[in-house]
Amino acid sequence: MNASVGTRGAEYEMVVERGKIQEFAAAMQSDNPAYRGPDAIVPPTFLTSGALWAPEGARVDVGFERKRLLHGEQEYVFHGPPPRAGQVLKVSERLEDRFEKPGKRGGTMRFAVVVTEYRTEEGMLVAEGRSTLIETAPKGESE
Amino acid sequence: MSALSSPPLEVGAKVPAKDFGPLTRQMFVRYAGASGDFNPMHYDDTMARSAGFRSVFSQGMHSAALLASVAVDWLGADNVRRFRVRFREQVWPEDVLTCSGEVISVDRQDDGWLVGVELTAARQTGGVAVSACATFLLPG
Repeated sequence: MNASVGTRGAEYEMVVERGKIQEFAAAMQSDNPAYRGPDAIVPPTFLTSGALWAPEGARVDVGFERKRLLHGEQEYVFHGPPPRAGQVLKVSERLEDRFEKPGKRGGTMRFAVVVTEYRTEEGMLVAEGRSTLIETAPKGESE
Repeated sequence: MSALSSPPLEVGAKVPAKDFGPLTRQMFVRYAGASGDFNPMHYDDTMARSAGFRSVFSQGMHSAALLASVAVDWLGADNVRRFRVRFREQVWPEDVLTCSGEVISVDRQDDGWLVGVELTAARQTGGVAVSACATFLLPG
């Protein structure tokens, strides 16, 4: 499947849990007190863990061959202080862009930009994740 | 101008650097569990070798998380507004990542100071594993 720009995945719920924040902070070797306790705040890249709760049909399938798939860039934008423990976020993915570039050794590299939106239960956009995925050029036919 | 506070930081100010490592497979597994990224290339040596790698290697987002922490610990977890990371080189067991950075912009906003920071996580070889830019909104 080759999703077209604008394609949206099904919305799902992510509960921001303090234990999960603390576990993530431990994995990032941080003893920052902001990541502990009932008001724990999420670390900048924590929202990536929400994908674990994505049900069938929530992820946008950009159609790249898995063996040639690279994660090129990842960005998180927060429209205010990052979310805190206890918040319930509504999460949805959309395909923002697709483009191509010539590969360094011939062929074509394909790019896809997938944005994940994180909204409050009232629908206010509080954070966005932006993943740039790359499909490297296929190896030459002579191989 | 007297009503305005002075900038909290100068362009060129250094982020306090921090070394992480030597990195271990256990750290990769801990990050896999915390993040939900269960790609076996990061914890199953047999599968990683059969895919042509010399061993398992770290998740790019694991290095990104380590790099984010040096800036956040300095400028405040509440204040981060943007964090953007680019993945460059693979990170292997036993690698030591040196995370460092500096302030590249300080701009007055209505609600505080917007501070831009450039960051790199460099391997012991000098190669940059991940680079990042971040912005923080400091009250003032």
